[in-house]
Amino acid sequence: MNDISGKNGPELPREAPQAATSLAMPALAMDRVSHAYGCRKALVDVTLTVPQAHFTALLGLNGAGKTTLFSLITRLYDTQQGTITVLGHRVDRSPGEALRQLGVVFQARTLDLDLSVMDNLLYHAALHGIGRRTARQRAHEVLEEVELAGRARDTARDLSGGQMRRVEIARALLHQPRLLVLDEPTVGLDVASKSAIVAHVRGLVRERGVAVLWATHLMDEVEPSDDVVVLHKGRVLAAGAAANVVQGADMRTAFTMLTAGADSTGAGME
Amino acid sequence: MSATAVAAATRRGFSAMQYLICLRGIMWREMLRFVHQRERFVSALVRPLVWLFIFAAGFRQILGVSIIPPYETYVLYEVYVTPGLIAMIQLFNGMQSSLSMVYDREMGNMRMLLVSPLPRWYLLISKLVASTTVSVLQVYAFLLVAYLWGVEAPPWGYVTVLPALVLSGLMLGALGMLLSSMIRQLENFAGVMNFVIFPMFFASSALYPLWLVQQSSPVVYAICRLNPFTYAIELTRFALYGTVNWLALAVVAVMTVLFVAGAVLAYDPARGLIARRGGGAP
Repeated sequence: MNDISGKNGPELPREAPQAATSLAMPALAMDRVSHAYGCRKALVDVTLTVPQAHFTALLGLNGAGKTTLFSLITRLYDTQQGTITVLGHRVDRSPGEALRQLGVVFQARTLDLDLSVMDNLLYHAALHGIGRRTARQRAHEVLEEVELAGRARDTARDLSGGQMRRVEIARALLHQPRLLVLDEPTVGLDVASKSAIVAHVRGLVRERGVAVLWATHLMDEVEPSDDVVVLHKGRVLAAGAAANVVQGADMRTAFTMLTAGADSTGAGME
Repeated sequence: MSATAVAAATRRGFSAMQYLICLRGIMWREMLRFVHQRERFVSALVRPLVWLFIFAAGFRQILGVSIIPPYETYVLYEVYVTPGLIAMIQLFNGMQSSLSMVYDREMGNMRMLLVSPLPRWYLLISKLVASTTVSVLQVYAFLLVAYLWGVEAPPWGYVTVLPALVLSGLMLGALGMLLSSMIRQLENFAGVMNFVIFPMFFASSALYPLWLVQQSSPVVYAICRLNPFTYAIELTRFALYGTVNWLALAVVAVMTVLFVAGAVLAYDPARGLIARRGGGAP
């Protein structure tokens, strides 16, 4: 059960405010996480870290396990093995505290198409226990940031794909999370919307110190200064600064070599 | 609450106010959806009215209803069938909100609900309360039309029926929620119609008193007696006349608790059916 007061099990020591803001603590830490659907293994021994105020790309082809990984981070289901920690809060022990620090943009569209943009945002705010007045104010701020302030009263259905994505990102930021996770946020968008979204999220990292985990299969969304985690058939093949992982080759070649190498040595599972 | 207490509450755990804001947000969204989906309201109203205007008119001559509690005189078939139709509205609403849960899950809205930091049981119960509120509004709209049609309950009956409506709405909503955790696809609502709504409705005291059923088939009678929907109808029927059917109350209350517990368990990340099944994740 989502016990946010920590009544299950022993009371954990309260994190001191300094510790919570310490940059040494990773925004997201996954430690030897494995997950299987029946006998099909979706994730095997996944260990990864997303440092605070960093852009971390999770690279993987379709079926690599990215969506499962997101489901575990957002606690759609429990971690079968291993631990996931969001800013010092274990997702299984204090899900409320962990989810409060977390902004999520799912791969599937999650706006309520019948409601207005503003109503979608207010609903999300209510789910986080944010009162009406604060919610309205913040909603205007986040919409301003994604340059959609003028569309607040429009029905979500009337927005373009790129605009919906921007609203979803705005919504994910409404409760001021310190970790933003995005599952293939640019899929199906045109080049202009895509680069606008990438630029916006990179701006959040730079200017506000938000940590970002950006799942993608598109190599051109990764910059050499990013951290990358390469996920292939449920396993982490490589992790580290993009420049090191790539080692001189261009991103696409490096990724192809890595995944091909894994397949030939039998690290894959199929 | 002092300023430090408020600060502590926001740092760890949630204040009662935040729980309330969340409930209000979920109810408000359910209302908005209800208002936006006008066809849903119209069909929720037309369905029982067709039964009342046409079916009951035809059946009036065929079926004689003797004096049974809570009625103190002979009643017309329209009067007898009204509580059954009320329960039918609530049954459909419960299943429809389960449909909306499936739809929500498909569209990702359910995912958004479930990433709320508030406890999951609280989110599900809030959703349940919201859908029950909608069903109670639908019932009162139906009662108004029925009143204009000449089906009148005692004036205070319209008040005493409210708690019964809330309880049976919760039971049927919780049943729908439990089912929604098991339904994979949107299309399967047709299956819900065939395998849940129709059997529950016909094998109950909605359309005919159980003593009549008993005369024709003891087996069907036994099934009707085991059907929780029968008790939702009887609870409503008695409450509409200002009396309490204690057996019905007990059954509905117990079933509500069971269904809610089942739904919460089904949506629980650790034990839930979603986890076992993979939640539709590719």
